Amino acid sequence: MLEVNDLRKYFPIQKGIFQRTVGYVKAVDGISFDVQRGETLGLVGESGCGKTTAGRCLLRLIPPTSGSFLFGEEEVDLAKLNHREMRPYRRRIQMIFQDPHASLNPRMTVGDIVGEPMRVNQTAKGTALQDRIVELLESVGLRSQDMRRYPHAFSGGQRQRIGIARALALQPELIVADEPVSALDVSVQAQILNLLAELREKFQLSYIFIAHDLSVVEHISDRVAVMYLGKIVEISDAETLYQSPKHPYTEALISAVPLPDPRAQRKREHIRLEGDVPDSSQPPTGCYFHPAVPLRNRYMQTGNP
Amino acid sequence: MGFESLLKRDYPIIFGTLFFFTLLGLVVNLIGDLMFYNFRANRRGYISFWIFLALLLVTLFAEFIANDKPLVMRYDGALYFPVFFAYAETEFGGDFETEAEYRDPFVAELIEEKGWMVWPLIPYSYRTINYDLPVPAPAPPSADNWLGTDDQGRDVLARVIYGFRLSVLFGLILTVFASVIGIAAAAVQGFFGGWIDLIFQRFIEVWSGLPQLFVLIILSSIIEPNFWVLLVILLLFSWMALVGVVRAEFLRVRNFDYIRAARALGVGNIAIIFRHGLPNAMVSAVTFLPFILVGSITSLTSLDFLGFGLPPGEPSLGELLRQGKANLQAPWLGIVSFMVLALMLSLLIFIGEAVRDAFDPRKLVGR
Repeated sequence: MLEVNDLRKYFPIQKGIFQRTVGYVKAVDGISFDVQRGETLGLVGESGCGKTTAGRCLLRLIPPTSGSFLFGEEEVDLAKLNHREMRPYRRRIQMIFQDPHASLNPRMTVGDIVGEPMRVNQTAKGTALQDRIVELLESVGLRSQDMRRYPHAFSGGQRQRIGIARALALQPELIVADEPVSALDVSVQAQILNLLAELREKFQLSYIFIAHDLSVVEHISDRVAVMYLGKIVEISDAETLYQSPKHPYTEALISAVPLPDPRAQRKREHIRLEGDVPDSSQPPTGCYFHPAVPLRNRYMQTGNP
Repeated sequence: MGFESLLKRDYPIIFGTLFFFTLLGLVVNLIGDLMFYNFRANRRGYISFWIFLALLLVTLFAEFIANDKPLVMRYDGALYFPVFFAYAETEFGGDFETEAEYRDPFVAELIEEKGWMVWPLIPYSYRTINYDLPVPAPAPPSADNWLGTDDQGRDVLARVIYGFRLSVLFGLILTVFASVIGIAAAAVQGFFGGWIDLIFQRFIEVWSGLPQLFVLIILSSIIEPNFWVLLVILLLFSWMALVGVVRAEFLRVRNFDYIRAARALGVGNIAIIFRHGLPNAMVSAVTFLPFILVGSITSLTSLDFLGFGLPPGEPSLGELLRQGKANLQAPWLGIVSFMVLALMLSLLIFIGEAVRDAFDPRKLVGR
């Protein structure tokens, strides 16, 4: 349904009074993956590895430097469209944001927030619009009388539900969820994840689920892609990835997830990574990960697996 | 006659009233309950607000309070409303085809013979010259002219009432236009940022570096100034007052997630500016409005004082102030114009402080 080929996003580093470009931060450095209909692709990696940038590029919130995304049966390349041409596709890809406090306009009522996409795209009007808003609110577990209240009257989890209702308003096929639960506390996280899973069945949605928490991704994803420094280091079925990770970085990430059983947690072998994450404007040669790997070899320092 | 003559009256009451209440409605709409509570908590500002409102309402109906035409009159069995309609002198048995001079003893006598007249509280308009002054003009306060007359024999109280209305309406209109232009320019700059912002900011820096008063004086000596010309001339400079705050607000807001969400939903730039940017920026803009109003009134007054303002004959406080300076032997001119200006500007400043309190985020806990 969506096929991403060699997506790159470089941010120029500018210096001096003439804003000369002295280099690039390679936030996303040539990633490729695909998402099938009804599938959830988890995108994990540590802070600053380019997960969010990749998600924003997909929605064309920021222009990608290069690459192509072929979308839908007609395989339109979204990366090449201008703003006007992008319009009809906007309703088919939606986004859920990380911080439910920043993603809702504090001066609009919940009804206005959820209704805005339909007003803008003129899919519903008048009482039909009102009915649709109520329907959407109920499908994410809110009540119809919440329509007239402002976002500040809701808890974090409820706000995230409002954000989800807004994303669903145009009946999209693909939702890019940018760390939708990392700002919530653990008990609410589970509720939101269940809601997302439920909605996937109900509306035949596909998700690109961005997170830094492997346990969250495991819960919801069919396949998982692990990102490090702007590259995908490993992509495979969720189960295979957790059972037998191929890349040492994936291994390290998995070993960092705490286990519920304290005895097992104590017994487990921890993988400590060495040094800091390299600067993404001057990435190391070969495999980007080699400076941090305990069992590095000559091949990793030069080649690019 | 009729409606046409109604429109010809300077700055018609209807226009002013409509304008004022639309503005009031807009402001009340913007202000939430809690904000109103905070506004009221500033007692001085709250009381000033009502006093100012009362003064403005009274002066909006200046034609019914100070006028050289009777409010109602009866002549030969028919009712006449000279404040609204112009009647020829011949209708009352006079000699001229022109509008009747009701204050003329000859005309008054003609009318009193066959009916009666009800006069406004102050039987002088701002341009009525009192010809039977016992002393040379400017005449001191008396039973006829409660605050005396100016150096052309015109009633000071009447001129002050009309002048108050003119100043406030001028200030309000200037404030509204200046804010609309300023906010629009700032919104474009702040929202789009980058080169647009950079170039616009440099332009504003150059523009605000111009010596305003001298440019205004030069312009108004080339063009014959009237109400609207002055408005445009003052607008050239006063629109910049709001640009700083509103631009900053937009620069802040444009990186919020809800703006990104709107983008992802396919909302256009203009719609994002209006629906998501402006309501946030308005808070900081509204706080400045009363102070911009004060500035507008002050600049009109100073132009009038220097003699480059409204054309001669218009009821302007600045001109009265100048007369006071030219006629130090008639202190009532200077004292009255000073008192009126001081009252008006202090009230507005107090209101401005209360508005600022109302929008203070530290006092808006719970929102």
